[in-house]
Amino acid sequence: MEKLKSLSDFFSQHKALVDQTDPNKPMIVVCGGTGCIALGAVSVHQAFKEAIQRLGLTDEVTLKSTGCHGFCEKGPAVVIHPDRFFYPGVTPEDVTEILERTVMAGEAIERLAYIDPASGKKITYEYDVPFYAGQERNVFQYNGKIDPVDIEDYISHGGYCGFAKVLDEYKPEEVIETVIKAGLRGRGGGGFPVGLKWKFCHEAEGDKKYIICNADEGDPGAFMDRSLLEGTPHSVMEGMLIAGYAIGASTGIIYVRAEYPLAVSNTAKAIELARKVNLLGGNILGSGFSFDIEIRQGAGAFVCGEETALIESIEGQRGMPRPRPPFPAVAGYHGRPTNINNVETFANVPLIINKGADWYSSIGTEKSTGTKIFALAGTVANTGLVEVPMGATLRHIVFDIGGGIPDGKKFKAAQLGGPSGGCLPTQHLDCEIDYDSLQSIGAMMGSGGLIVMDETNCMVDVAKYFLQFVQAESCGKCTPCRIGTREMLDMLEKICDGKGQPGDLEELEKLANDVNSASLCGLGQTAPNPVLSTLKNFRAEYEAHINDKRCPAGACEALLTYFILETCVGCGACVRVCPVNAIEGDKKQRHIIEPGLCIKCGQCFNICKFNAVSKDGKEHAAI
Amino acid sequence: MTVLELLGSMGKVTPGDLIPILQEVQNQYGYLPQGVLLEISEHTIIPASRIYGVATFYEQFHLEPRGKHIIKCCRGTACHVRGGSTLIKDIKNELGIDEGETTEDLQFTFETVACLGTCALAPVMMVDDKYYGKMDAKKVKTLIAELRSAVKETA
Ligand SMILES: Cc1cc2nc3c(=O)[nH]c(=O)nc-3n(C[C@H](O)[C@H](O)[C@H](O)COP(=O)(O)O)c2cc1C
Ligand code: FES
Repeated sequence: MEKLKSLSDFFSQHKALVDQTDPNKPMIVVCGGTGCIALGAVSVHQAFKEAIQRLGLTDEVTLKSTGCHGFCEKGPAVVIHPDRFFYPGVTPEDVTEILERTVMAGEAIERLAYIDPASGKKITYEYDVPFYAGQERNVFQYNGKIDPVDIEDYISHGGYCGFAKVLDEYKPEEVIETVIKAGLRGRGGGGFPVGLKWKFCHEAEGDKKYIICNADEGDPGAFMDRSLLEGTPHSVMEGMLIAGYAIGASTGIIYVRAEYPLAVSNTAKAIELARKVNLLGGNILGSGFSFDIEIRQGAGAFVCGEETALIESIEGQRGMPRPRPPFPAVAGYHGRPTNINNVETFANVPLIINKGADWYSSIGTEKSTGTKIFALAGTVANTGLVEVPMGATLRHIVFDIGGGIPDGKKFKAAQLGGPSGGCLPTQHLDCEIDYDSLQSIGAMMGSGGLIVMDETNCMVDVAKYFLQFVQAESCGKCTPCRIGTREMLDMLEKICDGKGQPGDLEELEKLANDVNSASLCGLGQTAPNPVLSTLKNFRAEYEAHINDKRCPAGACEALLTYFILETCVGCGACVRVCPVNAIEGDKKQRHIIEPGLCIKCGQCFNICKFNAVSKDGKEHAAI
Repeated sequence: MTVLELLGSMGKVTPGDLIPILQEVQNQYGYLPQGVLLEISEHTIIPASRIYGVATFYEQFHLEPRGKHIIKCCRGTACHVRGGSTLIKDIKNELGIDEGETTEDLQFTFETVACLGTCALAPVMMVDDKYYGKMDAKKVKTLIAELRSAVKETA
């Protein structure tokens, strides 16, 4: 594509690209997200490329590697357009058959079809797969459709049209009004109204203003920002351009975590291409508006996701938060007005401009509009990325889309909002999820990490896990967070080790409230949430640890005693896996674990096909 | 590459660029050698104390040499609830080293990471740039045996 000199250049180029596209041309889409790559997507893509050449189909078939389709568990995923045949777990050996039978003859290959774990039925088309059928994909619409960096592909699907429309028709104030009217709230955790934040920054005095895109995504269990940057970096950049125009900024910075190499390289390529065609740089599309974007890589510190710590980090300092006010909108990067939004927030903006504030606010709930992407993980059948309207129920996400809990186990809790969030038990399954409803039941939207836990997950252990995390990530600047989380962790470790005493829980609760009210930044303020929410919803489990020295879920090592039950058939499988030779017994006779030698690694429990290994000390004592 | 060349390749640098500078040094040397940091301090007028402060704040930076292959295991929530802590133990057992340590032959360094962002495939580990999902004790054993024999072959 040539350099676009004016807005009319852009619009005619867009029309030409749309006219060129033939929606009926067969297209093979291989998912190129990190998950599918880990499962072998690169060699599948290569095999398709070779087979297409070998069969002389280069002109008839389009082959694309796109961003993550979201259904990471079932990778490498392949979709054949226009019919949208869906094949999970494809290998290079399947490629020729797919080309000959599905692409050329329009025939479904039964052997490769997806089997729905809930119904046991084979499913042919992508839109019939329950994981996708229950979703509403707006922000995610391009993932799975376009080549992540190809700017022409993005434009032919309506990309940069929102930005062009803004340049053409809107005053900066009108952009802000539209975003306020749409009701968009920040997707990075806090849920602050986006238009309002832009307005503050627009009104702030400053010779230079900045737009920062927060792609630090430190929340363990969340990976939607990564998928968006990997799969449609242009849509995030378009959102930044629109924000830059509204606020009057000329520089954008994307702060991305170093653990995301593919996101970094795709975004860097996308920036390069946008500069080439005059969608970034000086005097964009001849409009007089200038804006450029650079990438900064994080260096591995969770606290740098917090906006003021992030600014310290890009200024080359230790990433320690600053007290607010002043807010970054007034004094941020280099002391200048700075607007920080999350990746997903920016990716929502072009949609609002293209389809209008009324359309946008018709989706979701009254106070939380639009859709939200959740990263569904943990002990659930279908893991991956799920985009649903705000207000969807937990049950819809975990059971309809996620397919419920595998291996016949029971749902115990859903952890939402990462280290700042809480654990929701069964009675909240029908709660409609939005920013405010979650807050009212002691959880938090956070960045949208949603981790499902079953009956074998111990809630005290989970609380301890999060405390370990925040304790390690606390930057150390303020005492309540640095020392308070340490103290809380010590208490939880004591309880998990079977050394808890009556009164510990009251003490823990008190300390949690102190840390919450006295910490400097969001990290410390929200660090007690996982403890408080589990104390509220699973108090009996804490009490079992303290009073009975028992871990009902069978997870806290110190409280377990491995023991072989009468149902043992003496197959010897456990003897072979035991790393310390602690199991003895004659063939076909009940085996015995020598407690003095057992290191409680759990391998015998996992390998036993007869459920003959128990880990519950209580059961042991009873026998 | 000398320190001056390295700084030169980055265009105009200001104290604000300290993190990208350190990232570049680590790319070149595999860790942050003390002498190099002192030289950078001289050339950029960033105080050595500040460089040390930044280098020790971020998990990504290392002041000691590391193994040829970096093995990372996720300790994130999604991995934790699917047996991630057992996986960490298994890797330690197989390698015979603790978290943050390097094997004596300088071949392997083992680290744990807050989240590898591949939570759908939990539990997850990484060897250099390659992800390995849905791991268990058996797969770890095979993987590390393969890595060891690859090391022997190249030796
Ligand atoms: C400890 C901590 C970590 C955070 N991590 C992130 C993060 O990884 N990504 C993010 O977008 N926001 C994160 N935030 C929220 C940011 O401070 C900020 O509110 C957000 O980037 C604003 O964007 P939004 O309004 O679009 O959500 C974090 C906040 C705290 C307190
Ligand atoms: S929690 Fe392990 S990869 Fe995210």
